[in-house]
Amino acid sequence: MVLVYINSTTGLSKAALETVTYGKKLSGGVTVITNGSASNEQLAQLGEYGASKVLVDRSVDGEDPQQLARLIAAVADQVAASTVIFSHDIYGKAVAPRLSVRMNAGLIAGAIAVPEADGSVKVNVFSGKAVGFVKVASAKQIISLLPNSIQPEKTGSACSVEETNGLAGTSAIKVLETKKPEGSIPLPEAELVVSAGRGLKGPENWGMIEELATALGAATACSRPVADIGWRPHHEHVGQTGVAIRPNLYIAVGISGAIQHLAGVNGSKVIVVVNTDKEAPFFKAADYGVVGDAFEVVPRLVEAVKRFKATQH
Amino acid sequence: MNILVCISKAPDTTSKIAFTNNSTQFDENGVQYIVNPYDEWYALVRALELKETIGGNVTIVTVGTAADESIIRKALAIGADEAVRIDADPKDAYFVAMQISSYAKAKGFDLVMTGKETINYNGSQVGGMIAEAMDLPFVSLATKLDVNGTKLTLEREIVGGVQVVEVSTPAVVSCAKGMAEQRIPNMRGIMAARTKPLTVIPAEAVADLSSYVSYIMPNAKSSVKMIDPSNMDELVALLHNEAKVI
Repeated sequence: MVLVYINSTTGLSKAALETVTYGKKLSGGVTVITNGSASNEQLAQLGEYGASKVLVDRSVDGEDPQQLARLIAAVADQVAASTVIFSHDIYGKAVAPRLSVRMNAGLIAGAIAVPEADGSVKVNVFSGKAVGFVKVASAKQIISLLPNSIQPEKTGSACSVEETNGLAGTSAIKVLETKKPEGSIPLPEAELVVSAGRGLKGPENWGMIEELATALGAATACSRPVADIGWRPHHEHVGQTGVAIRPNLYIAVGISGAIQHLAGVNGSKVIVVVNTDKEAPFFKAADYGVVGDAFEVVPRLVEAVKRFKATQH
Repeated sequence: MNILVCISKAPDTTSKIAFTNNSTQFDENGVQYIVNPYDEWYALVRALELKETIGGNVTIVTVGTAADESIIRKALAIGADEAVRIDADPKDAYFVAMQISSYAKAKGFDLVMTGKETINYNGSQVGGMIAEAMDLPFVSLATKLDVNGTKLTLEREIVGGVQVVEVSTPAVVSCAKGMAEQRIPNMRGIMAARTKPLTVIPAEAVADLSSYVSYIMPNAKSSVKMIDPSNMDELVALLHNEAKVI
């Protein structure tokens, strides 16, 4: 039996659907444990992605990894799960290591594929510069799946949802405040990302980047220097010290492609680089390159995307 | 405040990544090791800032061999008061966490800090594992940390935003960008580091829970396709028809 933990406080994320799909690929029997406020109707939809049952503890806010580890370990016992699956996002990174110790189960952190025939699982190592095959030595295992590594697949129909409580104990972490920028697509979940760097010359020039992102339905990101000098907010900084992302499409405008930046984006499926300097190192990591002035190329690209979108309806 | 900072070695970011022994081992030939940047820039420097404002003691701990003493001296030069090396050549995050938690349990630290992950294995595992083994609260990926008596106020990254949380000591915190700025050790620090106490303790017998069986290099990108800057319709068509991403 496979147990999948998802955080459903803000509804069903794509990462949640990916982890349930992943669980289904490993085992015929998938139980989902979740906390939070998603409705029973929403949670029942997880059956379409392979869940046979969803257990929800509505008394747990999901902010204390210790509480979640207690809850998940107790449910894993109840359903005799030999594998527990997380998304390798902020929740997986906080809870999976705790659960590993609690269950004495090896943790495969940041899986990018289903297990190989020998039971080993691919993970990115050296900030995406290599891939390792990890195997656990324990009877039970925990796998955290890197977001956007597999696509959600509908294979079944709605499943039953049951409430559970009393397994998690009390929370040691008190949430004082939550700040979320309104309306924007969270970077780690975005499938399309438009990013820009110092080549844009000043924060006042970001209008065309936002316009391109809007036309594509993409999130916006930036390079480290741009975040450090305050042109863009820190949460947009992608790279080794910022957020690591792996969208389907990453468009980099006016970013030279330093190794630390590449470390955060080299998991992207397709990379487009726009730069005036044809020697920019980023072109070596790109699938498509445009040598040209961003101030001419980006507005043209916005128009081209709009023309394309108009033909799609 | 009595703080324990966990540090790990990591290959310098410019190191050539290659594997040896039938692709089962990282090739250390010519690799320069540094203190893992997240451990150094964020966890250690914030610990030192806290000590400077409220007093206390900063101990660093690493699980490593005698060859790792250069990174220990570097951390001492930046300002840690003392160091502990648990003598082993670790292969598994669980092994590391068991060694550190076993040492820390007996010492009564108020706060245990780690970096958000290492830049070589990127697992983000050790902090949470230490917390569970010590039965302490864990705040992961914190970008800000302030102390008021026995209360810690922290900011942490959440999906698409930031959250402010409060927790009581003792606790374990993993540290991300925003926590502090890199400090370059000065000559006085480097001299002082030579005489600061470094205790070596034997590792306990702990079985690894996981291992790397082999490595591969990702497929090299086929060469970049250059697009005429005046023809963005072509780029959009390629992204739709060839790359199938829009």
